[in-house]
Amino acid sequence: MAERTIPLTDQQIDELGRELDALRQRIVDDLGEDDRAYIYNIIKAQRAFEVLGRASLFASALPPFWLLGVASLSLSKILDNMEIGHNVMHGQYDWMRDPALNSKQFEWDTACPSDQWRYSHNYMHHTFTNIVDKDRDIGYGILRMAEDQKWNPYYLGNPVWAFLLMVLFQYGVALHDLEVENVLSGKRKPAQNKALWQAIWRKVGKQTLKDYVLFPALTGPQFLSTLSANATANLIRNLWAYSIIFCGHFPSGVATFTEEETENESRGAWYVRQMMGSANITGSKLFHILSGNLSHQIEHHLFPDLPSRRYPQIAPEVRALCEKYGLPYNTGRFTKQIGSTWGKIFRLALPFGGRPGDATPDADSVEADEGDQVPTAA
Amino acid sequence: MYIRSLKFGTTEVEILMAVSAPDRASVRRRFSPRGLLPLLEALATPHGVDRYLELVHPMLTLRELRAVVTEVRRHRHAVTLTLRPTRQWQGFSAGQFVQVSVDVDGVRHRRCYSPACSQYRADGCLELTVKAHDAGVVSQYLYTSATRGLVVGLSQAEGSFTLPEPRPRRVVLVSGGSGITPVLSMLRTLCDENYHGEIGFLHYAPDAEHVGYLDELADLAARHDNVRLAFGFTRTGGGHVDGRFCPEHLATVAPDSDSRDAEVFVCGPAPLMEAVRGVFAAAGAEHRVHTEEFTLTPVVTDVGEASGNVSFSRSDLSAANTGATLLEQAEAAGLRPEHGCRMGICFSCTQVKKSGCTRDVRSGELHSDPDTEIQLCVNVPVGDVVVDL
Repeated sequence: MAERTIPLTDQQIDELGRELDALRQRIVDDLGEDDRAYIYNIIKAQRAFEVLGRASLFASALPPFWLLGVASLSLSKILDNMEIGHNVMHGQYDWMRDPALNSKQFEWDTACPSDQWRYSHNYMHHTFTNIVDKDRDIGYGILRMAEDQKWNPYYLGNPVWAFLLMVLFQYGVALHDLEVENVLSGKRKPAQNKALWQAIWRKVGKQTLKDYVLFPALTGPQFLSTLSANATANLIRNLWAYSIIFCGHFPSGVATFTEEETENESRGAWYVRQMMGSANITGSKLFHILSGNLSHQIEHHLFPDLPSRRYPQIAPEVRALCEKYGLPYNTGRFTKQIGSTWGKIFRLALPFGGRPGDATPDADSVEADEGDQVPTAA
Repeated sequence: MYIRSLKFGTTEVEILMAVSAPDRASVRRRFSPRGLLPLLEALATPHGVDRYLELVHPMLTLRELRAVVTEVRRHRHAVTLTLRPTRQWQGFSAGQFVQVSVDVDGVRHRRCYSPACSQYRADGCLELTVKAHDAGVVSQYLYTSATRGLVVGLSQAEGSFTLPEPRPRRVVLVSGGSGITPVLSMLRTLCDENYHGEIGFLHYAPDAEHVGYLDELADLAARHDNVRLAFGFTRTGGGHVDGRFCPEHLATVAPDSDSRDAEVFVCGPAPLMEAVRGVFAAAGAEHRVHTEEFTLTPVVTDVGEASGNVSFSRSDLSAANTGATLLEQAEAAGLRPEHGCRMGICFSCTQVKKSGCTRDVRSGELHSDPDTEIQLCVNVPVGDVVVDL
């Protein structure tokens, strides 16, 4: 890819950058009590679901209570990981100066230690979004998710690896920072991982003790049914988180970039890369909350530190800017986006699986479908 | 002392909360098997027990110290709050201060206040008198909006502005404006101790209306022969003393002796503290003067030019401000602070700014609140800045 992926002049890029800066500033100036109330309401709901789930499982031998327990715990873990954990760790609520919601102190209900997540996600992924060979979130070091990733026979297993990653997602996320693929290729020394391993073991140990030893043991003879319920809740959270996250950058039409073209890029060009490299999902308000508002992946990647409840508010403006500058605004129903993602997983298992046009999106191919409720600017 | 907490229920945790400190250990032995707390913590991982309990009631905490406002008295220029702390409160010595945190428009603010009550106050509550500053976010919030039942964050007492043990033979307490609170606490504490030495109490205010404790001070002086009271009203005159602090003012509250053998405790504006120090220094008794500094947020005048010093307190490094970002200046000073994107998005480089003013290079916005977290990579110092790094 010698030519530029971004179809704009430098002047246009700078102008767009200024418009987005102004948009961000307007929201930052408006942050206040409503944003605090929102996140605390979500936290209250999450903790209530958790308590309800744990309590129901004291009768886990009875199927209705088992089901209620699984449903409540799944919701609790999904809210904790997505709308609360992911967003708090992005620093979206650091302006509140509340130690309980501080990006550096928050820990979430999943296997991955928060400080490792902040490095690999907040820094590596959000800074080098969709730059092949730099953004390890393109395939997470185990999948082929872009045509520009060189094929080798290992990738024949692409769908199998993806399925395993989906089922074991919390552990996949926890191991992400170890950069196993770089250790195997000799780029990274195993010794560099020692401290990371220790932290992962500590965190996994605590999570396992809670979900698979203590809570089941507290329910006495129902140990196994409680354990199976907790495992199911973790699995449901894994499936959900995987699916939402894979819709963020992998649906067809999302652009990838090369290291050369992103060298010394301006802030405006960084913005454009975020917009062209991300995809949204349309849906109801509840869907957006359960997705941690990652259904507004484009807005999130432009402004990762704005509270997520602001993303739906600014989405029409971001979309209008995309139209004004002739940039794609990739969005669609969940079924469409996740279908497109699985299609890519299967296609790229093969050496020549890429379709021409996948790497360079054009605005028409990613127009909103009928499920989209965002009004189109004139 | 904590009996009121009983209303929360009957579980072990709550019983622990509901008894006063001396009984707690025995109750824990009776009701709570050793290891209950670690078990609760293991069940509540990764958030911790307090993050669940606070949603039931904000005063229900195992570890965090908080306080609830039980009484609000508004005066012309200030508000007096009575705070009942949670069971973690360890008490204070007269003259010390506490940090109170409140959420104002979604943002947590922390301010230091010296309790004005006796350290022996029978109900274990704290009395804070907060002067309403025109531009003070917290003081205006407390003055206009504090109501009974408001729960605030609280720190344990800090500060070395305290009465020595054993008590000195003679004590002079000098204050100006809202600096009255720590020395009033000393006065009330000494009265509670039936202290027999002479106490001089000299207070300066713009006018009588600005002294919220006028009646109570008169009452204390009437009940205790050893307390001598004098007021100076700098705007209206008509107090016991006129003008600025001078040796004659000192003689008014400590007439029977060479008052320079007294221990003097001063809290108020800097010129007042300097004046007192000057009088005692002239007599070679500067060591008898104990002061409590008022820290005021410095007013920023110039934004464009780099001035002042950047200090990294943990590393004990300091350098002239070059106008570059704090991250760059830290690196230039030889530090290797954790960082990531260097463009303000990843929050890897967030550190605590202890004091000083910084400008966000993205928005030009100035931040001058002390003890707040800032992103080093997008903030430049404006004047003197101290970072905890």
